Amino acid sequence: MLNNKRQGKLAAVAVMAATALAITSCGSSEPAKPAAGGGSSAPAAEPVTITVHTFGGGENFGYDKAVETWNAAHPNIQVKYQNLTDRFEDVYLPQLLQRLQAGSGAADIIALDEGAMGLMKARPQFFTDLAQYGLDSRKADFPAAKWDNGINADNKLFALGTDIGGMTMCYRTDLFKKAGLPTDREEVGKLWPDWNAFMEVGKKFQAANPGKGDPKFLDGPNTLYNVILSQEAPKNGNVSYFDKSNQLVIESNPAIKTSFDTVKSFSEAGLTAKLASFTPPWNAAIKKGGFATMGCPSWMLGVVSGAAGDAGKGKWDVAAVPGGAGNWGGSYLAVPKQSKHPKEAAEVLNYLTGKEGHVMAFQEAAAFPSSITAQQDPAVSELKNPFFNDAPTGQIFGASVKDLLPTFLGEKHAQVKTSVEKVLEGMDQGSIPYGEAWTKFTEAGVKAAG
Amino acid sequence: MTLHVDTPAPAPARPGAGRPSGHRGPGRGGGLARFDLRATPYFLVSPYFLLFAVFGVFPLGYTLWVSLHDWELAGDKSFAGLDNYIDLITDGAFWNAVVNTLGMFVISTVPQLVLALVLANALNKRIRGRLFFRLGVLLPLITSVVAVAVVFTQLYGRDYGMINWFLGLFGVDAINWQNEKWSSWIAISTMIDWRWTGYNAIILLAAMQTIPKDLYEAAAIDGATARRQFWQITIPMLRPTIVFTVFISTIGGLTLFTEPVMFDGNPTMAGGTDGQYQTVAMFIVKEAFRDFDFGYAAAAAWLLFALILIGTLINYSFTRRIGGSK
Repeated sequence: MLNNKRQGKLAAVAVMAATALAITSCGSSEPAKPAAGGGSSAPAAEPVTITVHTFGGGENFGYDKAVETWNAAHPNIQVKYQNLTDRFEDVYLPQLLQRLQAGSGAADIIALDEGAMGLMKARPQFFTDLAQYGLDSRKADFPAAKWDNGINADNKLFALGTDIGGMTMCYRTDLFKKAGLPTDREEVGKLWPDWNAFMEVGKKFQAANPGKGDPKFLDGPNTLYNVILSQEAPKNGNVSYFDKSNQLVIESNPAIKTSFDTVKSFSEAGLTAKLASFTPPWNAAIKKGGFATMGCPSWMLGVVSGAAGDAGKGKWDVAAVPGGAGNWGGSYLAVPKQSKHPKEAAEVLNYLTGKEGHVMAFQEAAAFPSSITAQQDPAVSELKNPFFNDAPTGQIFGASVKDLLPTFLGEKHAQVKTSVEKVLEGMDQGSIPYGEAWTKFTEAGVKAAG
Repeated sequence: MTLHVDTPAPAPARPGAGRPSGHRGPGRGGGLARFDLRATPYFLVSPYFLLFAVFGVFPLGYTLWVSLHDWELAGDKSFAGLDNYIDLITDGAFWNAVVNTLGMFVISTVPQLVLALVLANALNKRIRGRLFFRLGVLLPLITSVVAVAVVFTQLYGRDYGMINWFLGLFGVDAINWQNEKWSSWIAISTMIDWRWTGYNAIILLAAMQTIPKDLYEAAAIDGATARRQFWQITIPMLRPTIVFTVFISTIGGLTLFTEPVMFDGNPTMAGGTDGQYQTVAMFIVKEAFRDFDFGYAAAAAWLLFALILIGTLINYSFTRRIGGSK
């Protein structure tokens, strides 16, 4: 509601929201919270605090500025924003599930990674219906698939989209230069229209870096695998590990096998630095130039710049990804049923997933907006990223999400993903022979799904 | 003066403190006194048992109840009987975790206790700066286990670790310590030993100091060497303490958790790419909080409990034979 009307002027929003708040908080105080403001005659009720919990490394959701802006304009709804951890599947999600089940402890607004949306959709009992606060009016703001993913098993709107993956290839200009490869991002993008060409570039790079201590072409198997899977899944009915009836199709879905085989061929060719993503050695290698390229969804830019630090500034750049568009990652915000102020929480959620929230998050953390109105905003489409040699990330990611078809992710997607990626690491590092890797891979998936 | 003090002093003291209910006769008060006498000790020890019931017995029983269900975190639950246990004992991953746990237990605990014994024996001698060394061996214990694991994991780093750098000086190729069972077990065992050897040494040292000196003197007069004195006097006299340290180490070793988790880098509880060093405790946490299968994890927890009981009994029967010549 706020979102549709305003154009640029913060003050206007503030006035509107304050009015809205004055009206709504009086109205809502009768059924929801008899203690708050019940006896008060002042138009502005007692201030409520809305907590927001997110996850993610580096700059994570990039809500610092957005929250600050909101708090300055809304004395009666103060937002407390906290990033709980950099790990979603194995830290944030289990904790969240325990809190949802226990009925207390979850924030008023919680962030959800797309990998857990299947799980959350199947548990509508935990979430507030956002349509009851008018947020169903936002439908036109989002791509259909992003919107539909926020509808749960009870056919209720429970979550709105924040960022979206998009896809690029991050690369080190200094290492490319040393290996005699072009460094300009346009030319680099032209080097690899597809994965075969990418392989040839990799071999050329490795030939120029034959020593044991020399950098490798790729970081490891995980980022490559996820990038390819996000491209292959749309070609195979838009499903990855699970089909749309939540049956495990890890063995029969060609998207999985193709992604696996491609990763295997890169590993066998010795192009990987044999690193597992999101581990201390991986961070160290980003910082020390242990490898030259890695697949980068938009949110990954914040991870890379965070891990590399100031010393890495200008050494990294982004180019087009081989093989075309794909979506890896992207998140949602939802309001748990246990929230004591669902109405105010919905209002804040509306703001954070609205154009302003999206734009500020993109400026802060490079998380590309899923909201169409935000994508079209010049603040997004013309943004350049100083860490990545002033790469026009707004334009690059804008192009990469254009014909994006997000993939269906089953209820147990997060568990299966974590398990099979371990097998990829084992294959790459040599604890699992290449010949046995596919069998182990599918076995691990079956086990995690069971 | 003396008279004045003598007379009033016992008068209030006797009826007040000495015989509180004596004057009231054998009626109700006497029963109460007897009850008081018997009940007070129970009352005084009750806080421990109440706490134990709340934090010990109840979770144990509840875990058992959960283990009989097909119970998903934030999901459905249904009664499953012994299905979880049956699945577990046919689950290769579970037995892999058991083997890892036992393997790391053996290669960490045996050297650790032997080393602790040698250390304690050395510290028991008259050496210069004895207090300094005694405190020194305890120092690792007060460091946080997470800090220890983080530092050691960096030492064992494949690309930028100090141990591989050192081995490289002798022309040894960089070892990927996480990659193989043997290398990861060794790395984790060194963490455990570094932390716990001093702890055991201090306990053994305390016990050594209670051994009467005249035993050694008599042995020395009989011409027994220091080595013989150690085996024939020190070890047998230390038996109860050795049994204690073995028990503690068994329980600690079989519930090994923090070191391998930190060694993994990713807290996915997988224990390496192929479960090279996944312990039973990690297996339990993975089943409960990564795969959200509470029932299965609860069943594994009960099997771990059984495993510790068996392990402790076996070790007890071993250590009972120590100093068998006596």
